Amino acid sequence: MARITLDNLKHSYSANPVSMDDYALKEIDLDWTDGGAYALLGPSGCGKSTLLNIISGLLNPTSGRVLFDGEDVTALPPDKRNIAQVFQFPVIYDTMTVYDNLAFPLRNRGVDRKQIDNRVHEIATMLELTDSLSTRASHLTPDNKQKISMGRGLVRNDVNVIMFDEPLTVIDPELKWKLRSKLKELHQSIASTMIYVTHDQTEALTFADQVVVMQEGEIVQIGTPIELFERPLHTFVGHFIGSPGMNILPVEMVDGSVRFLDHPVELEGPVKDSKGSLEIGIRPEYVRIGTKGIPGVIRKVADIGRRTVIEACVNDILVNAITEEVPPETGQEVHLEFEPSQTRLYTDSWIATEVGAQ
Amino acid sequence: MRTVNQRGWLFVLPVLLLVAFNALVPLMTVVNYSVQETFGNNQFFWVGLRWFEEILQSERFHAALGRQMLFTVTILIIEIPLGVAIALAMPRRGFWVPVCLVLMSLPLLIPWNVVGAMWNIFTLPDIGLLGYTLNNVLGIDYNMTQDPFAAWITVIVMDVWHWTSLVVLLSYAGLISIPEAYYQAAKIDGASNWSVFRHIQLPKMKRVLTIAVLLRFMDSFNIYTEPFVLTGGGPGNSTTLLSIDLVKVALGQFDLGPAAAMSLIYFAITLAVSWLFYTLMTRDDR
Amino acid sequence: MKPRNLVPIIYILFLLLPIYWLIAMSFKTTNEILGGFSLFPQDFTLDNYRTIFTEPVWYWGYFNSILYVSLNTVISLVAALPAAYAFSRYSFIGDKHLFFWLLTNRMAPAAVFALPFFQLYSSVGLFDTHLAVALAHCLFNIPLAVWILEGFMSSVPKELDETAYVDGYSFHRFFITVFIPSIKAGVGVAAFFCFMFSWVELLLAKTLTAVDAKPIAATMTRTASSAGYELGLLAAAGVLTIIPGAIVIYFVRNYIAKGFALGRV
Repeated sequence: MARITLDNLKHSYSANPVSMDDYALKEIDLDWTDGGAYALLGPSGCGKSTLLNIISGLLNPTSGRVLFDGEDVTALPPDKRNIAQVFQFPVIYDTMTVYDNLAFPLRNRGVDRKQIDNRVHEIATMLELTDSLSTRASHLTPDNKQKISMGRGLVRNDVNVIMFDEPLTVIDPELKWKLRSKLKELHQSIASTMIYVTHDQTEALTFADQVVVMQEGEIVQIGTPIELFERPLHTFVGHFIGSPGMNILPVEMVDGSVRFLDHPVELEGPVKDSKGSLEIGIRPEYVRIGTKGIPGVIRKVADIGRRTVIEACVNDILVNAITEEVPPETGQEVHLEFEPSQTRLYTDSWIATEVGAQ
Repeated sequence: MRTVNQRGWLFVLPVLLLVAFNALVPLMTVVNYSVQETFGNNQFFWVGLRWFEEILQSERFHAALGRQMLFTVTILIIEIPLGVAIALAMPRRGFWVPVCLVLMSLPLLIPWNVVGAMWNIFTLPDIGLLGYTLNNVLGIDYNMTQDPFAAWITVIVMDVWHWTSLVVLLSYAGLISIPEAYYQAAKIDGASNWSVFRHIQLPKMKRVLTIAVLLRFMDSFNIYTEPFVLTGGGPGNSTTLLSIDLVKVALGQFDLGPAAAMSLIYFAITLAVSWLFYTLMTRDDR
Repeated sequence: MKPRNLVPIIYILFLLLPIYWLIAMSFKTTNEILGGFSLFPQDFTLDNYRTIFTEPVWYWGYFNSILYVSLNTVISLVAALPAAYAFSRYSFIGDKHLFFWLLTNRMAPAAVFALPFFQLYSSVGLFDTHLAVALAHCLFNIPLAVWILEGFMSSVPKELDETAYVDGYSFHRFFITVFIPSIKAGVGVAAFFCFMFSWVELLLAKTLTAVDAKPIAATMTRTASSAGYELGLLAAAGVLTIIPGAIVIYFVRNYIAKGFALGRV
C-alpha cells in the first residue's frame, strides 16, 4: 500500500515534441493517499490510459517523476514496482487452470507453495471462484475471466496499487453492476490503493472516493463525486458529468450584471473575472419550469422513469430541465427559472464565481 | 451463430463441381488402374489387390518411404522452430516490417523448378557460389553429384531456404494478433521471457502453427519438382523421395498399375497422418 | 540496434545469396560462366535477356504463364467467395465434412494425378489450353481460397448482413456492393495465394500443355536439357520468373501477416 505522487509529469509519444499539442499528457501533478479509491475519468484519448501506464511503469514519461511513498520509482520496470493492473479485455493465460492463473504472479516471485495455496484459496473465496479453480481458464465467461485478472492482482499482498483500465468494457450490462459492487466490496476488505480508469461517469462516481477528470492531457478537476456534480470548475466537467449534462449558455455582461439573451440572470455569488468569453452553467436539475422567468417553448419531453427530461428552446438556444412534477406538453410556451445558488459563471470555460451572497 | 440454411449447398455448388471434376475423375482413374494390369495397346486385365500387396512388401517402396519420412521429419524439425525463432526476433511494427516480409516471401514465389535450377547453379562445385566457397575457400570436399550425404544436406538446406518463410509468416501473423495487454500483464506479473513464450506466445500461435505443420507436412510429403531438378533423385537412389520414385515407375517404366496402387497407398498415408495430426492439435478446443 | 534484430537480417542474407547468384549468372556470358568462378559479372552482358525478349518461344512462355495464372486466380475467387460465405454464415447438412474434404485435395500428390489429368483434359478437348491449367490448379487453390476467405468473413459481424437486408438490399447487391468491399483485404490475400501457388506449380502445368499454352518454367527445363549448358540464359529466365511474384507481394505487403492471423483452422 502506498501513497502515490505524480510530480510535474509530461509525456509525448513523438520522439521530438515541438509544441504543446505533441504531448499526450501536458502537466500532471497529483497526490493520492494510501488506501484510497480513485477514478480517472475522461473521454477516449484524453490521456488517462497513458497516465495509468506511466504509473504502472509500462511507459516511461518524457519528463517528471512518479513517487510511491516518497520514493522515486520512475526508472523502475513494472515488475519491480509491485503494482497490479486489470486491463480492458480480460488477460488470462489460456493454457492454465484458474488456480494456476491466480498462482502465476506468486510463483514468478518465488513465494513458497504453502503460502501460494493459502493465498489463492483466500482470493478465490473472495471472488467466488472456488468452484472453478481446477477448470481451464479459457472455458470461463468474460466476467469470470475478468475476475481472474483482478484476482491475479489481489493475490499479491505486497501490491502498492491496483489499477483498473476500463475493466468492464466487455462485460454484459446486467453483470456490470455486480462486478462493480464486488470491486467496491474488495476495496473495503483489503484497503489497498485503487485507481480506476473509465470514460463512464456512473462507474467512476460509484467506485471512487475521489475522481480526477481529464481532458486533452490535462487535469480539469479533482474532487468527490458530489463536488464534481454540484460545482464543476470547468464547463467540460459540467457537460461531461450528469445526464443530460450541465446547460452551458452564452451570456453577456451589461453594466455589471449578467444577461442571457437580454434576460437578467442571478448568480451564486460575486464574479472574480469577467474578461473573456462568458457562459453560465446550470444543471438541468435546477431549472424550474413555471410561470415566471425566461420565456421558452417546449421542444421535447422524455420520460426517464421517476423523472422527466424536458428540452426547451429559448430563441434558438436549447435548455434542458429535469422535473419530477407533471411535465408540460410539447409546443407549450413556458417560463424557465434558474436556481440562483446553482448558477455559475464561467470565463473562458473556467469557473468565475465565488460562493456567497452577492 | 450460424443459421441452418440448406441454401448453403447452392453457394458451394460451383466449388464442388470444379473440385470434384479435378479430384474425383482422376482419383477414379487411378483407382481403376490400380486393380489392373496393362500390356500397352490399352489392354487391361483385372488383377485385384495384387499391386497393393506387392508394393507393401517391396523393398524399393519401403526404402523410398523411409527416405521420405526421414526427409519430412528432418525439415519439420528444422523449419518449425527456426521459423518461430525468426518470427519472435522480428520487429512488431515500423518501416522494416513490410520490407522483411517482402524479402522473406521471395523464395515462396519462385517456380519450383527454378528453385531447383537456382540451387543447382548455386552449388556447382566449380562455378557455383556455395560449391566454390566450400571447396576452394573453406577446403571442404563437396560434390553432391557424387556424395549422397552432400546431396541429402543440399536437398534439405534447399527446402529450408524455400519454405521456412512460410512458417515465419504464419508465426508472425499469430504473434501480432496478440494484444499488447498480454505482454503488459505478463510484465506486471513478473513473468520471465520463457514464461511469456510458454504461456502467451505459444498458446496464441497454436492455431497458425497447426496450419504451418500441416501445410509443411503435406507439401514436403508431396515434394517432387525441386529435388528432381536439383539431384534427379541421385546419386544412386539416395535422394529418390516418394514422388520421384512414383514418377520413375509410372512414366519411366510405364507400369501404370503398380504406379497407381502406389499413389493410393501414398495418398492414404498423407491423409491418415494429416487427420491424426489435425485431430490431436485441435482436440483441446472442442 | 538490438542483437536479436540480427536473426532476421542473417536469415534474409541467407535467402538472398542464391538469388544473387542467379542474377549474377544472368548477366554473364557463356564463356565467362564456363571459364571459371567469378563473384561479379566481369563481362557484363544483356544478351541473355535479349534472347528471351526476342524469341517467341521464350516470351510466349512468359505470357502463357501469366495468362493461366490470372485466369486461375479469377476462377478460384469467383467460385470461392459464395462458398466461403456459405461456410461462414450458414449451417447445412454435411458442411463440416465438405470443408475437410475440400482441404484434403491439397494433400493429393500432384505426381499422382499427372497422368489421369492428362487423360481427363485430353478427353474433354482442353489439352494445351490456358483454361486447362487454370482449371487444374483450382484443385489446390480453391480449398485454400475458401479457407482464407472464410476466416475473413467470419470476422465480419453478422449484423452487417442483417442491416443491409433491413435497408432493402437484395442479396446480390448486398454481396457485391457491401460485403465484398468489407473484406477486400481478405480478397487480396486470397488472390495473392492463388497467384503464388499457381505461379510456382509446374508439374501439372507441364503435363497439360505442349506448345500453345506452355509455361515459361517448362520452356526452361526443355531448353536446359536440349541446349545443354546455356546457364546464363537459364538464369535470366529464372530471374524473370521471380519478378511477377515480387510485384504481387509488394501490393499485399501490409495485409499478408494480418491475413493469416484472421484465417482459422
